[in-house]
Amino acid sequence: MKINSVKIISLLFFVLSAFYLYTAHQIQVFAFDEGAPFNAKTFPIYLGYAGMFFSGLKLVLPDQKTVKVDARYLEFKKTILLVLAVIFYGFTILKVGFFLSTSLFLIFSYYFLGERRWKLILIFSFPFVAIFMYLLHGVLQVYLRDPLLKYIGIMG
Amino acid sequence: MIEGILIGLKTALSFQNLIMVMIGCFAGTIIGMLPGLGPMTAIALMIPITYGFDPATGLILMAGVYYGAVFGGSTSSILINAPGVPGTVATSFDGYPMAQQGKAGKALAIAAYSSFAGGTIAAIFLLIAAPSLSKVSLSFRSPDYFGLMILGLTAVAAFSSKGNFLKAMMMCVFGLMLASVGQDTLSDIPRFTFNTMNLSDGISFVLVVMATFAMSEALTIILKGNDPTKAAKQISLTELGSIKLDKNETKKMVKTIPRSSLLGFIVGVLPGAGATIASFLAYGMERNFVDEEEKQKFGKGSVQGLSAPETANNAACSGAFVPLLTLGIPGSGTTAVMLGALLGFGIQPGPRLYETNPEIFWSVIMSMYIGMVVLLILNLPLIPYIARILAVPRTFLIPMILFFSVTGIYLMSFNNFDIFLMIGIAVIATILRLYDFPMPPLILAFVLGGLMEENLRRSLLISDGSWSFLWNRPLTVVIMMVIILIIIWQIYSSFIRKKV
Repeated sequence: MKINSVKIISLLFFVLSAFYLYTAHQIQVFAFDEGAPFNAKTFPIYLGYAGMFFSGLKLVLPDQKTVKVDARYLEFKKTILLVLAVIFYGFTILKVGFFLSTSLFLIFSYYFLGERRWKLILIFSFPFVAIFMYLLHGVLQVYLRDPLLKYIGIMG
Repeated sequence: MIEGILIGLKTALSFQNLIMVMIGCFAGTIIGMLPGLGPMTAIALMIPITYGFDPATGLILMAGVYYGAVFGGSTSSILINAPGVPGTVATSFDGYPMAQQGKAGKALAIAAYSSFAGGTIAAIFLLIAAPSLSKVSLSFRSPDYFGLMILGLTAVAAFSSKGNFLKAMMMCVFGLMLASVGQDTLSDIPRFTFNTMNLSDGISFVLVVMATFAMSEALTIILKGNDPTKAAKQISLTELGSIKLDKNETKKMVKTIPRSSLLGFIVGVLPGAGATIASFLAYGMERNFVDEEEKQKFGKGSVQGLSAPETANNAACSGAFVPLLTLGIPGSGTTAVMLGALLGFGIQPGPRLYETNPEIFWSVIMSMYIGMVVLLILNLPLIPYIARILAVPRTFLIPMILFFSVTGIYLMSFNNFDIFLMIGIAVIATILRLYDFPMPPLILAFVLGGLMEENLRRSLLISDGSWSFLWNRPLTVVIMMVIILIIIWQIYSSFIRKKV
């Protein structure tokens, strides 16, 4: 058996399924439900076994189609940084408010991905977010929470 | 039925709903046109917005997005040979050569007319088939539904996996596992919540769709260093040539459209098959129907070669609504997203939808037809302008997708935890995509998880814990036989046939 990334993913999935199965067995059901033909843990237990079965088969059986991914051509650094930017955006959206955090996130990501046309960057950040917010909040009546704009008095 | 059609027309033709169809078609066309972003992503991005509307309006908007995205996918296939969705791959076989010959406008017109005709004919089939099947499906019992859901998952896994059946089945189980998080529906016992209040209501469907499609698509593009809009920069998107068709071309299409529509609709109804298989089958079938001279033109810009897959993929889209509306079981990833949206509105599709919410049932069907008309009269003349979207650089495209994904979740929960959970699932989905683990089975399983458990619960309680319910009813036996056949066929095609 050749070890490749798909096998490693299958092994991880096998471990996940085993953990899921263990956790399923730990689900506390009502005493009168314990011996019932079906209770809250029945389906998860079957799922745990199914996950172990399919991932186990994938681990043991030979690969019919080998997926070749050349890590040298993957832009890990860029992707990780962008994911971190999204995490930061997700963190600030409630604290700082939708308008400012979204506009700053957009400016950062445009620039980070290589955009250097500042006129376009600025148009598609603050004014774009303002229009978007107006359409959602003002026209479609979809509630948007923005503590900053509320504090300033722009939003009710 | 006439009364139902009138109810549907009345709802679908209200001013607000007409505007929604137009917005949906337009937005869907733009999103679907972007390579890699298909109808599932387009609908997913729209879901948070639709929750502000009543169910009928929300669904009409999503139906418009769906058709718009399919049409948009064809446009990128024809213009830059970069199909936005797998269902439009066959469109590029003859559409792109036509565009290279300076007949891009004509190719787009053929695609638009074929889509319109295919969708219209299939909508008529749907009008006839859906109510009849609704009545038949009233006789279905829990074991049959449980069997049908397994069949749906197995079929989607078999057809969407491109030879990776085991990977697809792993994704099905993963989707079901994610769906099991949260309180048990009957006993309210928390499961897999790890004492976190944030998980007690379970994982939101929109979150999973956004993470596995929109966000992971954006991350995959960055990770692979792709520029999906690169090809668009090499062609002129403003000079597409005439969109007028001559008599001979129209005559050829008239023959192709009915047979491709019928084939597309039937394939669309089958669980798991969908627009991709329909378009390839129609292309192959058409090649066998034409004369020797026309056959030589296939792959080089044949009118019939372009019309057949375009007709079939639109007909299949309508066909896919049959199991969704009548049984409440989606047959494809896209209709699974629609089911998730319906459940979000508190509507349970199935045989009773026809009786309990006729205005929704009929208005969705009628809005499909209106969507086709809108696509034809709105999009075709605007294509040279809309096509410029293809040239949007990835430096703007990726941040926008990420922004819409985060905003979608933010609007629904105003909760950091959900945003972080979405990012986590998106990262896992990106890695899985990299190694060809298909995502549609995951979504379908996630949507069906609750229903599947419910039907298994009923079946096991009725049979006192015995699995004999799987062979007690003839219908369940037939469904189980089909499942076994699919599995045997997959084992045969994956291992035995390759060795031979």
